[in-house]
Amino acid sequence: MRDIVARLGKFTLLRLVSLVVTVVIAVYITVFIANWGGNLDEVRKFNIEHDISIEIYGNPAFQAMPTSELKALIDERVQLEYERQGLNQPFIVRSFKYLLDAITLNLGRSEHITSDSGSREVRWILLERLPPTLILLATSQLLVFILSIIIALYLSRHYGSILDRIIIALAPTSAAPGWLYGLFLITIFAAALRILPWGGMVDAPPPPTTWGYFVSLLKHMVLPVSAMLISGLFASIYSWRTFFLIYSSEDYIDLARAKGLSSRTIERRYILRPTLPPIITQFMISMIYVWLGAIILETVFGWPGIGRLFYQAVQLYDTPVIIGNVVILGYMLAITVFLLDFAYAALDPRVRLGLEGGGQ
Amino acid sequence: MSMLKELRRHPSAVAGLVILVIFVGFSIYTVFAFPYSEAIKLWRAGPGVWDELPRRAAPVWYDYFTRKKLPRTIIVSLEDGGTMTAEPAGDGKNRVEIVFPFEYAYDGFPKEISLFVEANIAARGESYSVYMRKPNGETVTLTEDINFIQSQAYRISQEGGLRMKLGGLAPHVGLFVEDPHRKPDQPLKGRYELVMRGDLSEEAELSVAKLVVYGQVHGLAGTDHLRRDLTVALSWGAPIALMFGVLAAVGTQISTFILGGIGTWFGGRLDAIFQRVTEVFMILPLLAVLIMIGHFYSRSIWVMLGMVILLNVFSSPLKVYRAMFLQAKEAPYIEAARAYGAGNFRIIFRYLLPRLTPVLLPNMVIVIPTFVFLEASLAVLGLGDPVLPTWGKIIFDARTNDALYMGNYYWMIQPAVLLMVIGFSFALVGYTLDRILNPRLRKL
Repeated sequence: MRDIVARLGKFTLLRLVSLVVTVVIAVYITVFIANWGGNLDEVRKFNIEHDISIEIYGNPAFQAMPTSELKALIDERVQLEYERQGLNQPFIVRSFKYLLDAITLNLGRSEHITSDSGSREVRWILLERLPPTLILLATSQLLVFILSIIIALYLSRHYGSILDRIIIALAPTSAAPGWLYGLFLITIFAAALRILPWGGMVDAPPPPTTWGYFVSLLKHMVLPVSAMLISGLFASIYSWRTFFLIYSSEDYIDLARAKGLSSRTIERRYILRPTLPPIITQFMISMIYVWLGAIILETVFGWPGIGRLFYQAVQLYDTPVIIGNVVILGYMLAITVFLLDFAYAALDPRVRLGLEGGGQ
Repeated sequence: MSMLKELRRHPSAVAGLVILVIFVGFSIYTVFAFPYSEAIKLWRAGPGVWDELPRRAAPVWYDYFTRKKLPRTIIVSLEDGGTMTAEPAGDGKNRVEIVFPFEYAYDGFPKEISLFVEANIAARGESYSVYMRKPNGETVTLTEDINFIQSQAYRISQEGGLRMKLGGLAPHVGLFVEDPHRKPDQPLKGRYELVMRGDLSEEAELSVAKLVVYGQVHGLAGTDHLRRDLTVALSWGAPIALMFGVLAAVGTQISTFILGGIGTWFGGRLDAIFQRVTEVFMILPLLAVLIMIGHFYSRSIWVMLGMVILLNVFSSPLKVYRAMFLQAKEAPYIEAARAYGAGNFRIIFRYLLPRLTPVLLPNMVIVIPTFVFLEASLAVLGLGDPVLPTWGKIIFDARTNDALYMGNYYWMIQPAVLLMVIGFSFALVGYTLDRILNPRLRKL
């Protein structure tokens, strides 16, 4: 027993260290790309010089000064501003400072984007955009997950029925991503029938009462959630059905049936329990992909989440927001991966922790 | 061959395969019918390229849904249908009269009317007037005494004064009704004549005189806000989508497969490095990185393709393949190969990798749609290749020009349907291949 705990501890620690290193590398790559490999500094420097020149040339107090003195003044102010923003150091040096800031979630202030409450703190901007993404993704993923497991169990009981065949035939619908279905849904329900909103999260202006707000939110969620449901559901049902079928053809199921156990008990005790680790793994993996897909889905539906924020930040070259966004995403992915490993190891006794290849 | 025979027994796979063959054939046709440089020139829509096409016109098959004969574009030019008479009017000038007759028998109003005139003018101060004769015999003066300039597009629909005269109706509506002040909803059918009359000096020569009555429908696919015929982009979208999807899928899957084999075979440190690198790339948000690259560096489809492959070489399938290779590595025949003295790479490429090709092949087909949609996503976000017409770029144009709000559904739906069909057909073939090649799943 102690042996297992120790091994689990060692495994967890190693995993954690390797994940942190992973996140650091991934974030550094992002820092590098988001700063245009250092080229963005030239843009920033130019902007500073431009702003200061305009300010000084336009200031009536300096009108009488000779040009050479004005130039010197501008130069001095520009140098001060460079120093204040750390632009006098080479990019490589600063890139590591950015990395450190990003990793420690010291996200700094944005360059252009403000939060709805008017703050320039990247932290507040992200925190404001996170709940909408969570609401949308959690709802749709949970729906896909629960519905597909229930339907798959039902189909595995009625293997070969007409419904079974129809759903299996529909499995390739998952080849298309949610945003594509979103386009069709918007065309039908928002453009042609005009019964559901085109996009956004609540009506403008937001309804004053909590209940009204909730109803409005639900109305706006119908289309994006359905889009993700259509894109995710059938392949998910298909794989679970196959999975349950494999498990229900095991000998111990026949034995349980021979004992006279009800099919509900068999399902719960002999099919669902041993399949729990892969079910949870699958759920987490789907969450990873959903995080990544949020950018385009939220853009198509005008949903004010972090995916759309990221896209806006890239368009405005707002580096702090881009980096903040990727860091958050990176941490979430890392946490998901970690939980995945951990859950897998903890739930499936067959996975011998740390034994699966000594070299790693 | 036996695989094809096997495929034939699955009707869904046959359907998928047929659609794919159609797409491939169509792509080849497109590449030859409108060569690359010509397609790009058409899609850039410089002056004079799409002048004769209506803006935002629906496809002609809209007729079937409305039970009406929606107006097509009518073009009457000097060479085709128009007649020119010239008689001397003294002062070294000719009185020139050009008549553009056309039959109007549609159940809707045109979108616009324009008159294009090009002339090499000898002297200044030459002008012309334009009239419209309606089927009921009435003649409406559109304009009087506009000066000839060398090349001119006279946009009758935008004439403010004419609109006033027609009781506030747009000229392309007001000119086509019995009485503009009663605002009927049906156009007057019959023979219309547009007459252009002017005094031209004898040396002056009209090289182009053309009347375009823009219709509400055009071609098989309709047109966009820049009058571009969407068939160009829809047909070029096919080879681009296929090329991108197939190259990206083959590139990523094969390289991942080979690296998985090499890493597993040598094991130890190399394997560990591969594993860690894979984890870095799993955490790197692919679409986010591509968006940044598209925005900061280059939007060229080749750069994107290269980056997609590069970022996907060490991706999650490597872990899947590794698990399979670990099993295959222990197989007795590998032991035998080692015993007879085969080198590492000989074992990897001759024995280890071929063993798992049945897994690789369906995977390669199944992931093609992922990459097709990835390219489309980038284009929908406005990061499509700057010159190539692609399906994603049509969706982007449609979105940014409020196609749905304005009721131009075809604009958004056609590329989306094509994307979906191509995605489905690859998925159908891929899933069936998987079932055939990995028979432990076949019975289910």
